[in-house]
Amino acid sequence: MIEIVLKIDNSASVVPNSTPTTILVAANRLVDVANELHTNPETYFDQLSCVTGIDTVNTMEVIYHLYSIPFNLSLALKVVLPRDNPQVPTLSSIWKSANWLERETYDMYGIIFEQHPDLRRILMPADWEGYPLRKDYKEQEQYRDVQVKY
Amino acid sequence: MSDIINKDIKEDPSDPSTFAYKESFGNSGIIITKADNLFNWSRLSSLFPMTFGIACCAMEFMSTGTAPYDMDRLGMVPRATPRQSDVMIVAGTVTFKMADRIRRLYEQMAEPRYVISMGSCANCGGPYWQHGYHVVKGVDRIIPVDIYVPGCPPRPEALIGGILKLHEKIAAESLLRK
Repeated sequence: MIEIVLKIDNSASVVPNSTPTTILVAANRLVDVANELHTNPETYFDQLSCVTGIDTVNTMEVIYHLYSIPFNLSLALKVVLPRDNPQVPTLSSIWKSANWLERETYDMYGIIFEQHPDLRRILMPADWEGYPLRKDYKEQEQYRDVQVKY
Repeated sequence: MSDIINKDIKEDPSDPSTFAYKESFGNSGIIITKADNLFNWSRLSSLFPMTFGIACCAMEFMSTGTAPYDMDRLGMVPRATPRQSDVMIVAGTVTFKMADRIRRLYEQMAEPRYVISMGSCANCGGPYWQHGYHVVKGVDRIIPVDIYVPGCPPRPEALIGGILKLHEKIAAESLLRK
């Protein structure tokens, strides 16, 4: 599958020893790569089953787990972003499931998905402070007069 | 309860009032009791819990309603609205996002109202005590709690034990005196 991706993003590379096979993609080529994998008759990745983030302290990473129901193929795409300003284009125009999965990733990591139709928190309350799964996360003292940390 | 049902009024020579009762009512099937006892007995015999579960404790709450445990024998029928409920069984983890909803549901219940905190999460945060940034460390920080049922999750027997403890608490109450 790397050949298909390389036609779109010639800087793409396979992450060694990854299961499922993970392809590192440049953030500005992500939508084109995803669109190709979605429509290509050899892959037809029709399901985006998981979007998640990783805080590596130095960078922010976003992982997309793709699955092709007709060919029983699994693939993961990985995007590495700067930690101080993590922004990546949304995939919600290709897979509907990206809408909520990206909202969850935004909620937990503060990664901004550009052009997202409805980028709100999905798990935490709307007025919560901070992004809980970041490595430097500190709970707020109070939430609406209830103590958070004991 | 036992002093209400089938209360057999015995003649007591030192208490003239017992004669009067016996004379007036005899064996005609009338029971004499205190107003408090009657009200409390009727209230504790038909505690309607709110249909409401927020985590795995709700599974045990549901099991309590099934035939082997039969919550209905305690006069408990889950109601789908807080306005018809007498007791809220907080069965599960209370997150900060859920806390507002729980407080509102509690405020919508008509008095007298009771709260059973079921399981470790609702009692004190349970396994989320240290790292659960999203969990309220005990539902008693939001609403007043009458009975705490320990367990993770408590078995239906434990919940029934908590309900019986609530019965004892209600039986000792007075609607007229605080």
